Amino acid sequence: MLWHDILIQQLINGLTLGMVYALMALGYTMVYGIINLINFAHGEIFMVGAYLAWGLFVSFASRAQGIGLLFLILAGFIIGMAGCGILGVAIERVAYRPLRNAPRLAPLITAIGLSFFLQNAIMLVYGASDKSFPSIFPHYSFTIGRTSVTGLQILIWAISIVLMLILHYFIKLSKLGKALRATSQDLKTASLMGIDVNRIISLCFLLGSTLAAAGGVMFGMYYNTINFHDGYIVGLKAFTAAVLGGIGNVPGAMFGGVVIGLVEGLGAGYISSQWKNVFAFIILVLILLFKPTGLFGEAGRVRTKG
Amino acid sequence: MRQVELELKDKFMLRNFKIVGATFMTPVFSGLINQTPTGLHRRCANLRRRIGLILLLLALIVLPFIDTNQYHIDVMTTAGIYVMLALGLNVVVGFAGLLNLGYAAFFAIGAYTYALMNLYLGLPFWAGLPISAVSGALFGILLGFPTLRLRGDYLAIVTLGFGEIVRITFNNLEFTGGPNGLLGIAHPALIFPSRLNGIHFETFNFGVESSPYYYLVLGIVIVVAFILMRLDNSRLGRAWIAIREDEVAAATMGIDPIRLKLLAFVIGSAIAGVAGCVFASKQGTITPDSFDFILSVMLLSMVVLGGLGSIKGVIIGAIILSILPELLRGFAIYRMLLFGLSMILIMIFRPQGIVGSLRRKMELKPSTEKIRLEEDEVLEEDRRK
Repeated sequence: MLWHDILIQQLINGLTLGMVYALMALGYTMVYGIINLINFAHGEIFMVGAYLAWGLFVSFASRAQGIGLLFLILAGFIIGMAGCGILGVAIERVAYRPLRNAPRLAPLITAIGLSFFLQNAIMLVYGASDKSFPSIFPHYSFTIGRTSVTGLQILIWAISIVLMLILHYFIKLSKLGKALRATSQDLKTASLMGIDVNRIISLCFLLGSTLAAAGGVMFGMYYNTINFHDGYIVGLKAFTAAVLGGIGNVPGAMFGGVVIGLVEGLGAGYISSQWKNVFAFIILVLILLFKPTGLFGEAGRVRTKG
Repeated sequence: MRQVELELKDKFMLRNFKIVGATFMTPVFSGLINQTPTGLHRRCANLRRRIGLILLLLALIVLPFIDTNQYHIDVMTTAGIYVMLALGLNVVVGFAGLLNLGYAAFFAIGAYTYALMNLYLGLPFWAGLPISAVSGALFGILLGFPTLRLRGDYLAIVTLGFGEIVRITFNNLEFTGGPNGLLGIAHPALIFPSRLNGIHFETFNFGVESSPYYYLVLGIVIVVAFILMRLDNSRLGRAWIAIREDEVAAATMGIDPIRLKLLAFVIGSAIAGVAGCVFASKQGTITPDSFDFILSVMLLSMVVLGGLGSIKGVIIGAIILSILPELLRGFAIYRMLLFGLSMILIMIFRPQGIVGSLRRKMELKPSTEKIRLEEDEVLEEDRRK
């Protein structure tokens, strides 16, 4: 393999991972855009989504064949996304809404508490060991030159892009999307204009959680394995992606996710895979130091008031 | 019933009498009536508190003689290290209001500093102690200087990232022993002059028994707690409160927020460094796994549970949360679940913690409630007068 073949291969792998990060980053950025909260439990929602789909796949993978497998995958996505959507809304209702007017430290601590709670609840229900996903997606692979793209990678790209486009147009064109944008700009004024702000916040959690769940299902299928603490590290990287793109900025989050995925892919391929979890953090620290508004962020959101 | 009525009547009369007396006598005996009773009262309360503290200390000192169970003493020693860490984190989170989610990193830096100095240079524990403190502080500056300008939750994420970077770095480097960590770190030794057979120096090695560490940790905790109590009531402590409550207002009053935040960060990191050094010398072995994110969160929950900003509360919180898992050994797997749940519940129902200060409580409440609390406080003060 020539150097550019390796490069392209790493880019393909990084892009796949980046799509998952981008889906997660959207949830962070939407929630932060509206209520200025880092939803620490978002990574756990991702993980719960993966576990829900895993449960379904394991119980039905041996019975489904041919086109049935595709339906099974579809069902996995639907169950994961629906379950996590409900979970996300419930979390907001129980843990964040009572603290809406409290200083930001309080909800952040409940968010961490929730993240611990969900991780350990999953661990107690499913056990602490890695759960391996049955490989239900047929293993196609396309070779272009000396690099190869698997069918699963193409599926991940396709699903991610479709979901992101749906979200993009939903926010841009629908009435609810308009309300969401208005709330994100100014919560109080939006509520004065007759927007039910609580409903919009719930909607935000619903959308973010379903996207995270989709990411979780794809992550599980891609790596063939899922563990109860996977959500934490993926969540951190996705948050980094959201910050990179400029927090509160939806297209920025998509872009940031892809960039983080690519950096991780390239870093793991060229430097060392042992350090792969460090790259995202170093990028995070560097962005916050030199361009805290992110690549496309609005000014004045990040610095302290002083 | 009658008795109660009489009592009430008596009280009422007495109060009326006092009020009447005060009104008439104030010009004459203003010093006696208005100040002496409260001053005396305060002095009595102080005295009582001091006696309580001394009794508690005595109890802690004689504990190893009464309870000879090594395991109990060991648990207490570990709890003491947690108390140290929680006190340090309290300076950062409780006093200055900076959410640090990577505090375990500074603990790790202290532990690794002593371990490396000891293994490669043969440095003894007592020299390692200040060096670990300084190296913790240095890393505190290194991380704090560029990041303290960021808003609270961004700082939280950066510190979290820093914690992970430090852990992964220790995990991957060759000379820190990788995932296996460092082994054979020297225990502390005391050298003291003895006149048993002529004048010479004798060495007392701490070894693996728990009680010497218990006293070491107890001593350091007392020193740290004393310093922090003094700090809390000092100009600096008040400046931190001002920054925590309103940075802009504090800055207009001539406080330099960044410098003072950095100072809080550095003090907290130095304390973590000391705790790390003690931990490494006690264990003799350290691995990167001992300093993970869960530790940072545990420490944070100790501080939050006990009461952000309250030294007494933080000590209680740290002791509860470090002994509880030992008591709940049978339920060990539910431990973190319960932690998570309790963090949520505490924040919703008692955001000021077990022994929260009123000021902190006001800060954690929405503004209308804040006003009510402030009024309550004023009324309380009036009543005391």
